[in-house]
Amino acid sequence: MSNLEKSAKNGVNVDALLAARAALTQAPEAAQFKWRATSQWLNGTHSRTTISDFHGLGTEQKHRQNFQFDTDHPEIFASEDNGPTPVEFVLVGLAGCLSAGIAAVAQNRNIQLRSVKATLEAGMDIQGILGIDEKVRNGFDGIRVHYDIDADATPEQIAALVAQSQKRSAVFDVLTNPTDVHVTVSKAK
Amino acid sequence: MSLHASRRLAAAIDVVVVGGGHSGLAVSQALSQRSIEHVVLERGEVGHAWRTERWDSLRLLTPNWMSRLPGHAYDGDDPDGYMSAGEVVAFLSTYATKIAAPVLARTSVLRVEPADEGYRVVTDRGDCCCRALVLASGAFSTPVVPRVAEALPVGIEQVTAQGYRHPGQLDEGGVLVVGASATGLQLAQEIQASGRPVTLAVGEHVRVPRTYRGRDIQWWMLAAGVLDQRIEEIDDAERARRVPSPQLVGTPERATLDLNTLRQQGVTLVGRLMGVRDGKAQLSGSLRNVCALADLKMNRLLDLIDDWALSSGIADDVASPQRLAPTEVDARPQLGLDLRDIRTVVWATGFRPDHSWLEAPVFDRHGNLKHDRGIVAPGLYVLGLPFLRRRKSSFIHGAEDDVRELVAELAAHLDRTTPVALSLATA
Repeated sequence: MSNLEKSAKNGVNVDALLAARAALTQAPEAAQFKWRATSQWLNGTHSRTTISDFHGLGTEQKHRQNFQFDTDHPEIFASEDNGPTPVEFVLVGLAGCLSAGIAAVAQNRNIQLRSVKATLEAGMDIQGILGIDEKVRNGFDGIRVHYDIDADATPEQIAALVAQSQKRSAVFDVLTNPTDVHVTVSKAK
Repeated sequence: MSLHASRRLAAAIDVVVVGGGHSGLAVSQALSQRSIEHVVLERGEVGHAWRTERWDSLRLLTPNWMSRLPGHAYDGDDPDGYMSAGEVVAFLSTYATKIAAPVLARTSVLRVEPADEGYRVVTDRGDCCCRALVLASGAFSTPVVPRVAEALPVGIEQVTAQGYRHPGQLDEGGVLVVGASATGLQLAQEIQASGRPVTLAVGEHVRVPRTYRGRDIQWWMLAAGVLDQRIEEIDDAERARRVPSPQLVGTPERATLDLNTLRQQGVTLVGRLMGVRDGKAQLSGSLRNVCALADLKMNRLLDLIDDWALSSGIADDVASPQRLAPTEVDARPQLGLDLRDIRTVVWATGFRPDHSWLEAPVFDRHGNLKHDRGIVAPGLYVLGLPFLRRRKSSFIHGAEDDVRELVAELAAHLDRTTPVALSLATA
């Protein structure tokens, strides 16, 4: 079923995605992407990260514009609260990824979405990052995501959208499975 | 001693069938019906894998009444039971005798390569040339073991579902079973019952009840047309062919075996095994979602069955619709597993066919055989793979329809390529 025959309009060009999927099946090297960020420390716990270019489809790519994001810590940590904490940015990524997936899957299944609202909460015992208790991990002890979705579909179909989105989500995978993180350093001249 | 042990391999023959299991024998029956000269090469005896590569307690996932091959059907007194591996061997041996299959037993194919107007088959009992070749050596020949196996500490024993026979062969101590298909669940259950504490690593899986509304789930899937669904009707054929076997077991009680059953029996359910680091297994945090996906998919199947029961008018003759409880997962599923608590890892991570002896440009970049519904190349066919042509293709009862269609293709190929001189001579 092409988009022409589908009545749902969620703003996702599924035909283009399916065409890309078919093309990349034949050319797996073009499917190799690199996502990038550069970050500048400003002061205290305040940093500014810029997103502008990435690599994919065999060539360098650029976003339509540069995006800048400030991260900081709240005042209760004696910081200036110039932006969300970095761990909150992780929630930004997860919510953005899952909701995008829900829209894409809904479009592919011809389900009209009217409202997709996610509420996220991550638990963290900061005895970990403060080095108080070695048995406590630094990161989240869990993330809870709740979706409120209004759509032309049964509750089971809506649950299936959310499940399928998790199955194909990059950020869900990054958070639920181990990733090798390699940090190098050089002394700036 | 094989009936056909004294048979010799002819230098040239129209068709060679590789494999004397249910697919190869069904092909042989169809070729004989058309009076097409052929030989079935079998590395051991008929049903070799069932004799030598299956665990002791294994039973078919389909009830006996479904076990049928072209010109042969189960005629025992337990139609609702499930055959043991030994009973499958007997069923196949009876069939081979009944159809007088020209089986050349204890003959291993070492190499197959394209040759003039066909294929050259090199075996440990001589060579032969054929005009058409049928690959029927099975879908479940080689156990698939993920690369993470290499990272396991040296002291841990590893066994695949092919090497596993019974819990007694395992050391005392903790066992990590990897994989949640029928195989993984069956092994986890009997190993846990033997007193060895089992942790089961669960990735994507297929959950179904053994019986539904009083009938075997396979009866429903056959009756409602699910098993006859053709690969052309499926959106993503490649994915459909990779779906793991449904969580089923064949027992006299016709009991449902699912993750909830295992959890009640003390098995620890964890997420997919992703890696090993610092002596710990790293487990995915996706356990809840893979369980939710399987529950949703099962309920869609049961919805489809309920709809079919209504539309076909049998709804009043069977029990009322019901739904199983959702799969229960611990409030905080373990994300790591201290491997000092594990003596043995059992890999129930699937099988793949072994066509390593086939030297022809017919494989994709992952080493999988490329084929269009069983047609690999002119004169080269494959049978018995999951969803080859229909959802039932890898089942014993699934052979008949696929064999009929592919042998028709094969016969047409032989007709097209019959040498002119030969046609004149026989005219």
